[in-house]
Amino acid sequence: MITHIHRPLRVVLYEGKGAIALSAESRAQVMAALLDKGYAVTRATANDSGAMPHDDRSLLVLGLFTDQKAPALEDSSGKVNIEARDITGLGTVDIVSLVDKTRGTTLMNEPGVWKPWFPVIDYSRCTNCMQCLSFCLFDVYGVSGDGKIQVQNNDNCKTNCPACSRVCPEVAIMFPKYSAGPINGDVVSEADLGREKMKVDITSLLGGDIYARLRDRSLAAKSRFSKERSPDKALEERKKCLAKLAQDGFIPAEVLEALPSPDEVMRKAEQAKARAAAALGVH
Amino acid sequence: MSANAKLLYCRCAYAQVVPQTVKDDVLAKLCESGASFESVADLCEMAAHRDPRLKAFAGNGPLRIAACYPRVVQGLFTQCGAPLLEDAEILNMRAQTAEEVGAAMLRDA
Repeated sequence: MITHIHRPLRVVLYEGKGAIALSAESRAQVMAALLDKGYAVTRATANDSGAMPHDDRSLLVLGLFTDQKAPALEDSSGKVNIEARDITGLGTVDIVSLVDKTRGTTLMNEPGVWKPWFPVIDYSRCTNCMQCLSFCLFDVYGVSGDGKIQVQNNDNCKTNCPACSRVCPEVAIMFPKYSAGPINGDVVSEADLGREKMKVDITSLLGGDIYARLRDRSLAAKSRFSKERSPDKALEERKKCLAKLAQDGFIPAEVLEALPSPDEVMRKAEQAKARAAAALGVH
Repeated sequence: MSANAKLLYCRCAYAQVVPQTVKDDVLAKLCESGASFESVADLCEMAAHRDPRLKAFAGNGPLRIAACYPRVVQGLFTQCGAPLLEDAEILNMRAQTAEEVGAAMLRDA
């Protein structure tokens, strides 16, 4: 499921023919202020080789127009709604207000209200082993038509929980907003590979007293996987994450109540196992 | 990389993982130049809702991006069905200095 679908408005800071360029300082201030509010900003100079094609929706063009009057602009294809505003004499705060006002009630994702937290797969490392599909209780992962693991429901992911990256044996799962490497996308070292590697049978992991069972597994596996990271860590991560989510109020009570019961977990584990097996062609 | 590479700056506005001074200084350098460029609040935010503009960025010729770790940036575009071309250049504001990123972004300007 993708719920945060309200794309940012694209603002064009126009400094081409018919407009006066802002000072570098003002330009940087205005752009930073707009970007920090979630807008996308194009700086268009007389040398327009850097501008990207516009898309099929709205553009707001701002400029210090020479006659202090914004031109009437129209998209020749009729697909793009273009509005222009003159910003002569306006400071940064006024310009941001003008943009907000022009956007009106059109919804837009905004920083501070929500954090884009979801896994990103490094396909140059991923071996399609499906461990992540089996591990995630929130159906973030899915399988493409051609049997490839995908992030399909990124908004199901629990903010600040990077637990699935811990179970990836190839350190192929990244969380861009995580603070430390290699989970944040930093280069993977040999030491990271040893630390992060862990293979977990989700069925036995999550059935019944999961933590006791995991501890047992951990002890049993210690000698076999001496170079691998302790399996306790991923589960500890999940436990910690859920506790923190509840404690910090990230998820309301009804969501907490909707967390899988042991039976549901077993069912999900079986489903995930079947999907993974089907994707891998295992019968 | 072509001399006419398009420039894209990511503000990483949705989380404080890129040092503030680095992203401010890189933006200042871009603004001091005469170059046209694109800037977005957050590539992760765009990838989260599969923003079609990512496809426009990826498919619009040579591209130079000031953002985050290259593995992440490549992954975000790939996840949106818009893999970057091999010659796309990614500058990392989490690990490089503003001077390094600015110089690399603007070396043809």
